[in-house]
Formats: sequence, C-alpha cells, structure tokens
Amino acid sequence: MNTEILGVIAVYATTILMAVPFGKYIASVYASEKTLLDPVFNPLENSFFRISGIDRKAEMNWKQHLSAMLTINFVWFLLGMFVLMNQGWLPLNPDGNPGQTADLAFNTSISFVVNCNLQHYSGESGISYLSQLFLMFLQFVSAATGMAAAVVLFIALKQKAAGKLGNFYNLMLISCTRILLPVSIVVAGILAFNGTPMTLEGKGSMISMQGDTVGVSTGPVAAFVAIKHLGTNGGGFYGTNSAHPLENPNYMTNMVEMLSQMIIPLAMIFALGFFLKRKKMARMIFGVMTLGFLLLCVPTIVWEVQGNPAIARMGIDMGAGAMEGKEVRFGSAASGFWSIATTVISTGSVNAMHDSTMPLSGMMQLLSMMTNAFYGGCGVGILNFFIFIILAVFISGLMVGRTPEFLGKKIEGREMKIAMIVALLHPLLILAGTALAAAFPEITAAGLNNPGFHGFSEMLYEYTSSAANNGSGFEGLGDNNPWWNITTGFVLLLSRFIPIIGPIAIAGLLADKKYIPESAGTLRTDSATFGMMVMAVIVIITALSFFPSLTLGPIAEYFSIR
Amino acid sequence: MKTNLFPAIKLTIVTLIFFCVIYPAVVWAIAQLAPGSGHGEIVTANGKRYYANIGQKFTEDRFFNSRPSAVEYNAAGSGGSNKGPSNPEYLAIVQARIDTFLVHNPGTDKKDIPVELVTASGSGLDPHISPRAAWLQVKRIAAARKVSEAKIMQLVSAHTEKPLSGLFGPEKVHVLSLNMALEKL
Repeated sequence: MNTEILGVIAVYATTILMAVPFGKYIASVYASEKTLLDPVFNPLENSFFRISGIDRKAEMNWKQHLSAMLTINFVWFLLGMFVLMNQGWLPLNPDGNPGQTADLAFNTSISFVVNCNLQHYSGESGISYLSQLFLMFLQFVSAATGMAAAVVLFIALKQKAAGKLGNFYNLMLISCTRILLPVSIVVAGILAFNGTPMTLEGKGSMISMQGDTVGVSTGPVAAFVAIKHLGTNGGGFYGTNSAHPLENPNYMTNMVEMLSQMIIPLAMIFALGFFLKRKKMARMIFGVMTLGFLLLCVPTIVWEVQGNPAIARMGIDMGAGAMEGKEVRFGSAASGFWSIATTVISTGSVNAMHDSTMPLSGMMQLLSMMTNAFYGGCGVGILNFFIFIILAVFISGLMVGRTPEFLGKKIEGREMKIAMIVALLHPLLILAGTALAAAFPEITAAGLNNPGFHGFSEMLYEYTSSAANNGSGFEGLGDNNPWWNITTGFVLLLSRFIPIIGPIAIAGLLADKKYIPESAGTLRTDSATFGMMVMAVIVIITALSFFPSLTLGPIAEYFSIR
Repeated sequence: MKTNLFPAIKLTIVTLIFFCVIYPAVVWAIAQLAPGSGHGEIVTANGKRYYANIGQKFTEDRFFNSRPSAVEYNAAGSGGSNKGPSNPEYLAIVQARIDTFLVHNPGTDKKDIPVELVTASGSGLDPHISPRAAWLQVKRIAAARKVSEAKIMQLVSAHTEKPLSGLFGPEKVHVLSLNMALEKL
C-alpha cells in the first residue's frame, strides 16, 4: 500500500487508541480522583492559590463561573496589548523587532486570548522573544479556559438537583498543570531532539554552497510548538507555521504534531463518557464527529493527491500531487489530512499553505470551520456540539410528540432561545463580515493575492477562520491593516465568548431544574438514531447558511479549472 | 467583576512566571542534550557551517537543483507563494519553469518532470526533493562535472531516504547532503 496513505492511517488510528486512556485520565483529574502526579502538583497548585488569595474549593454557580472567566481573560488581553506594543524596548529582543501597531496588537492579543491565533504578523520579523513567551503563556491558559468551560458543562449534566459547579480557577489551573504541561514537555523534548531550536539567541546566518548569504531565524521554538498543538492553538513560531523545517523537521515530528493537536479534543469526548458514566453517550458523540470528519477528510486527501488539473494539462508528472505550498518530506496525503484536522479541531496550524490547495479542498477546509462541531477545539468542541444536541433534542421531540428532555432535564423555551442565538451567530459573523469586505473593494481588493473566485475565497476564509477561532488562513491575503485587524478582532471576541457563555448558561439552567427519571417514554439521546438526527441538524444548518457563499468562491473556481 | 479582579491579576502573575520561565527552562535543559544543543542541527563541510534542516537555493547546473522558493531560501523570513490553483499569472510561472528545466536538461521527456520541481514549497525552505527529481538531473550533472553518470547514480541511491520505518510517508532526497557528497567526488 502507498506509504503516504499508510502514514495518515497510522497517525489517526494511534490518536484514537491513545485518546481513550487519556480521556480516562482527564476524567479522573476533573473528578478530583487520585492520580499519579498529585504529589508534585497538589503543593504547587496550593501555593499558587495561596499567593492569589483564591479558595480552590469555593464552588461557583454558572454566573460566577462566567464572571471569573471573563475577568481573567480581560486581564490577559490588556497585558497582551501592553507587551506586544512595547516589545521594541522590552528585553529579550535580540533581532531588534519593532513594537506592534495598536490595531495589530489588538488583533494579536485577542486572537491568542481566544485560542484562535490568527497571526497578522510574521513570526520572524514581527515579534520579540519576550512576546513569543507571553503568547506561549496565553496558549496554555486559553486552552485551559476552554477545557474548564467544558468541565462546567460536564458537572452541570452530572447533577440531579440544583447545585454548585466547581471552581473556575481550580479547573483552569489543573487543566494547565496536569493535562497540558506534562504532555507539552514530552512533545517539546521530542521536537528538540529532532532539530527544533530552543535558544534565546538571535538570528543565525550562513553562506550557502552557492554563495548566497542568508539569515536563519531561531528562538525558543520547541517549547512554543508543543503547546501550540496540544492546546489546539495553532499559532506558529515562524511565519509559515509547521511547514517550516525548524518547526516541523521530519515525518516523525509531523506525526507527533498531528497526534498532539488531535488528542485532547478526542480525549475530551471519552472524558465526558467516563465523567458522567455514560459511555454510550460518548460513543454516539464520537461516532457522529468521526463520520463528519471522514466525510470532510477523505475527499480532500484524494483531491490533493490527484493534484492541480491546470498543471496536469501542461503534461508533466503529477505523481506527487498538488505540491504548490507543500513540503516534500510530508507529501500531499499527509498535508491534505492535516489541513482538515487543523480546521475541524480549531488548531489552525498548517504544514502546507491552504491558499494553494485545490478549490474543493479549500471548500472542505471552510466547511470544517463552518460546522465547527466535529471534534472541535480544546473543550469548546464539546460545547459547540452540545448546542447541536439541544437543537436535535428539541426537533426530534417535536417530531415524535414528546416533551424534549436531555439527561432527565426538560428543554424549554429559554434554553432553545440561547441555543438558537449561538447557532445563528456563527453564520451571521462569517457572512456579514465577508459581505462587508466585498462591499468595500477600494479597501480590501488591493490586499488579495489572487484574482477572481479565489480572491473571494480568501476573504471568506479569513472571517470563517476568525469565527471558528481557528487561526489558519489563506495567507496570501494582506491582512495586517486596520480593516482586517479590527473587524476580525471583533469577530474573534464575539465568536469565542458567546459560544462559551451560551452552553454554560443552558447547562446552569438545566442543573437547576428538577430531575425527571428516564422512563419508557423518554427519547433516547445516546442511540445511533439520535446521532443521525444530530448529524442531520448540523448538515442542514451548515448547508442552508453557507452554500451560497461557497458557490461564489471555491465551487466556481473548481468549475473554472476542471 | 470586582471580587474577581485582584485574584485574577495575582493568579496571572504566578502562572506567567511558571509558564514563561520555568516551563521553557525545563525544555531548554532537555534541548541541551540534543544534537546541536538547541541551536538547530549544524553540518560542516570545507570549514563552512550549514543548518542541516534549512534548504538552500541550488540553481547551477553542476548541483542537484532544489525546488523553487517564494523567499529565495532566506530563512530570515519563511514564506510560500500562496498562489491559488486557478491563478493565470501563477500558471504562466509554472509553465516557464517547465520550459527552463527543459532548456537546462536537454533530452528530458516533459512527462517525466515531477511536479514538485516546478512548484514552490510552503516554507520556501524545503530541504528535500523526490528521488524522481534527483534521477532526472543525473545526466546534466554528469555532463557539467565531466564524471560518469554511474558514479552520480550511486550517490543518488545512497542518499535516497526510505519512508519512516520503511512504512510511513514519502521517499525523499536531502539536496544539501547530496550536493555535499557531489563536491567530494
């Protein structure tokens, strides 16, 4: 069998196999059960909380959770603005990179706080090592914020009577220390041993064999890249992210990076099953998500392996596939797989340039972010999927004439309104943003790197990536100017926090309701039938909202070069 | 908001120190044990130092040529072309690269030119080409260096890297190490 395809299958299968025990570990961390790392982390975390004056055992209700989350996120955002704008004179800037402009710092700081990592600067020239280290901190805590929010949902679903939902600071910190940190150290170590730099010295240089003098940008890369994947952040140390040979030196590191970005979103599904003691429910969620993932992923790999028909007509050997923007050491299959994995799970790191992928592959990448519910980001994937579950419960409840219930709690008007607002906000932000950008060509057209349909796709991709908190891009777009920095900044903010606030509010409201024991009349929400219902809801919402915009971009481009 | 503000600031400061100082310090300590001790792997030849993982621009006939690059292999700022598949300007550039290759490698059948030799990589620093791309250049290099084709073919075989564990990923040739071996002939 083709070794490129075999590599893809191996990495996907390994990820799934490892996600089950890892999910069990995650569940026991959040259930405060004894784990191996307790003797190290208990005293450490206790000292953190003592200094901060936080009682980690003080339980919060859903409103207190949201208030704590929003406050600390606001502190991170302000600190980020300060560091990025002043990096020019602050220490650890051996390459003498200048401070960021206010609009760029606004965009960058928001984007790392919300776990998106849309990067409108280039890592080599737009940022100092101090800022990189600060962004690395944000990569830990923003992932942990998403995971903590998901756990609030877990706790709420577990309760049979009104009650308290854990402590936000505690959930956030243990996500960092007990889940993200240990694995990050292992991954960073593997990368360092394969040639990824880890130094605070400035740019190196070399004279090539042909006599060209070139600079070589280094830095604390290994530590950064590990958490970038594990926390599904995706912000690269270098401009070209994981396509860069120092950020992703060989096929083995590519497999490790691939695995580390998928492992937590997958493990969170199984963690839900272990935590709620509802393994069947976890299997249903995993099944729907995996089906969706494969439907997006398999055709993309096929198109990338086939290559560009417009180049094939020139009569050359297309054996390697669509190689523009791709690296020989990964090949087109692994790059096609990565492009869907990274968009489905909101990482947004790339190992090939999405702008140069085939038109319909680009459409699949867009669709991955438009659905935003197959696996999804660290923690928030489950939250997004929860919204679709609520919608499916309501619709199927109406169809069979039963009161809509989920895990013994009635779903009523208030929950439905919140779920609908969250579900409709996503297409609204993407489509309204793109429409605005298309309505002002005098501002936006000059920044497009490609003419025609593809240029439209570049704008659509930018807003989709922002609204899905993904962070990848059709990077040809000249996006470092006030238009893109400010508009996407606001899209990022809304599309991060409303999809967290909504599900937590629903969960909080449900937790306060009376528990009705399941009976023969209850609609089963962990069956395959219900899974198909959720899938149908996702497909219908996505298709109806986004099909027209996809027609104008990738689909039209496909027919133009077919 | 107010009740949360000071705890939030204090927790931010302690976690900041932990994740920005302690965590990278641990990784740095691990990297000291790695080849290149955290500076990237270096290879030396004739007293010159090269970064092993960074591809170089090779366009002369006497070297195995590397892939086109959007940033001319300057690792001070990586970058791809980001050209869309239907962009007519881009397709003209690819056509021109094919024509140039045919001029430099007379007698080559166009259908043998592998696509990666006429398309730019994502990073602009791709250190590899496929074995196919290397074999195709043997004749030209033998003529330019006035050595037998057999000798150069031997080098290509010796420098062809098999897939990981023989199972996963593509075969490839590291252009820099192949060219370094070529210089030693």
